[in-house]
Amino acid sequence: MRIKPVAAILLRQFYLIRGSPVRSLPMFAWVAIDIVVWGFITRYLNSMAAGRFNYVPSLLGAVLMWDFFARIMQGVSTAFLEDVWSRNFLNLFATPLTTSEYILGLVITSIGTGAVGLVVMLVLATVVFGLSFFSLGALLVPFLLVLFGFGIALGILASALVLRLGPASEWLVWPMPALLSPFVGVFYPLATLPRWMQDVGHLLPPSYVFEGMRAVLAGRPFWPGSLAVGAALAALDILLAGYFFSRVFRYAIRTGLLARYSAESAA
Amino acid sequence: MRLPGLALFGGGPRLRVHQPGSCQKARTLTESRAVSPLPDVWPGALVAPADVPIRYRAWMHIHSTTESRSEVVLSVDRLCKSYANVVAVEEVSFDVRRREVVGLLGPNGAGKTTTINMILGVLSPTAGSVHIGGIDLARERARALAQANFSAVYAALPGNLTVSENLRFFGLVYGIPQLGLRVAELLRLFDLERLRDTKCGLLSSGEQTRVALAKAVLNRPRLLLLDEPTASLDPAAAQTVRARIRNLAVESGCGILWTSHNMYEVEEVCDRVLFLSHGRILLEGDPRRLPREHGAATLEELFIRLAREPLAEPLEHAG
Repeated sequence: MRIKPVAAILLRQFYLIRGSPVRSLPMFAWVAIDIVVWGFITRYLNSMAAGRFNYVPSLLGAVLMWDFFARIMQGVSTAFLEDVWSRNFLNLFATPLTTSEYILGLVITSIGTGAVGLVVMLVLATVVFGLSFFSLGALLVPFLLVLFGFGIALGILASALVLRLGPASEWLVWPMPALLSPFVGVFYPLATLPRWMQDVGHLLPPSYVFEGMRAVLAGRPFWPGSLAVGAALAALDILLAGYFFSRVFRYAIRTGLLARYSAESAA
Repeated sequence: MRLPGLALFGGGPRLRVHQPGSCQKARTLTESRAVSPLPDVWPGALVAPADVPIRYRAWMHIHSTTESRSEVVLSVDRLCKSYANVVAVEEVSFDVRRREVVGLLGPNGAGKTTTINMILGVLSPTAGSVHIGGIDLARERARALAQANFSAVYAALPGNLTVSENLRFFGLVYGIPQLGLRVAELLRLFDLERLRDTKCGLLSSGEQTRVALAKAVLNRPRLLLLDEPTASLDPAAAQTVRARIRNLAVESGCGILWTSHNMYEVEEVCDRVLFLSHGRILLEGDPRRLPREHGAATLEELFIRLAREPLAEPLEHAG
């Protein structure tokens, strides 16, 4: 693994974001809107609850963490889609760049864009709506790391799907987080779900984060082992997604799909 | 050996025809080319004045550096590509040496782009091997591709980056040392300084071609693949680009594989041509001699005849 090709992917993304408000705005605008909308909803719910329950940490905190996960996933897939949109595969992969360097570049790009969104969300949620993540203590870090890991895995999977199925399939990858959200219990305990949905939920790392977060906020005992299971699943998902991407890449090279991706651009 | 249809060209000297199953490399003409007596028209010393035609300047360089030129920068051995029942490229073998410009010619669908894609590592061969600078592409893809670069009309650089951003991006991908200096040098060399902050998508075809060529020489490649590099240029711009590329081969010592449908251009630039048809190399030789040797008036006429030749053994083919 060489540093310069990885840095090239980062530099390219920096150039694109620097020169385009259309790319820089979504890094923080949509998450800010989410926090504002959900912030006012939690205020309203708090006023209805008349002090019996504080919705801010459970609802607004969950929104913030879910948005962080979605931004990480989209950070990877959007950076990949830049090469689809600019029909750059032939230029890119006829170079010494390896797939692992390319994917690492996408992941680091996503860390940068995801971090911007996270900071904006934290500032808004804390300053405007009084959300205190200190109530989660040091667990906030592993919670975010598990979500980050799964976001990376899903982003790589989404990129592999677009490579395999063609540019039009990007419309399949945008709704992926929404598709998963019912199964991972972002806003409700997994026990609320039917058995089969719980089983699916247990295979998804974010469910351990949101179950853990609710337990900590409610003052219930929290078993750290469950978070370790979530972290292990996230790590496994990253490996599986990376393997899937490399399989799809090899398929694309064997069948001419990669070359055709660019050849289509000649039209 | 003669394919039945090639009798059309009369009883000239023996054709160097590649037959499937007899995949020994076509070295006969390649090697004789190194001692080609080309300058029977241009009587020159080994210092070329500025107005000496490009081809003679190249000859002069070739003969002054015959030893280094013999170094093979691209070796393609029995390359095959088939999709299900369709054969796109069949047992293609050839070499490209230092300072040599080799034209890869053939009608649409002959397998030129498929061959180039396999050399670039974006398409894996069904059989055969590609060595770039002596490095096996299949075994050491990154090392092999670090020795090569390319420019193709169908692979425009990202239009949403400026000229200098594109060069910096690809320069980092290739790990170029002192990248800022190299980019500045190429901007100057390809007359792109005033366009450095212009997005590539806003450039004219000719300007985009110059940027693509600048990118193609960023890493000082030992092997340069150019797929119709002058296709979208006006005659004057095309002439400039041809001269620049020819000089590049002479000065940097890289080997160039060039595809073009412009036979005048091929005659002017290429030391050697390979005629590809239905995925096979049919003929190989000096583009200035081949027409005469095979009873055609011009290279274009020879091209047209070859493109219309049925093969000895009919196959289901695709390019």
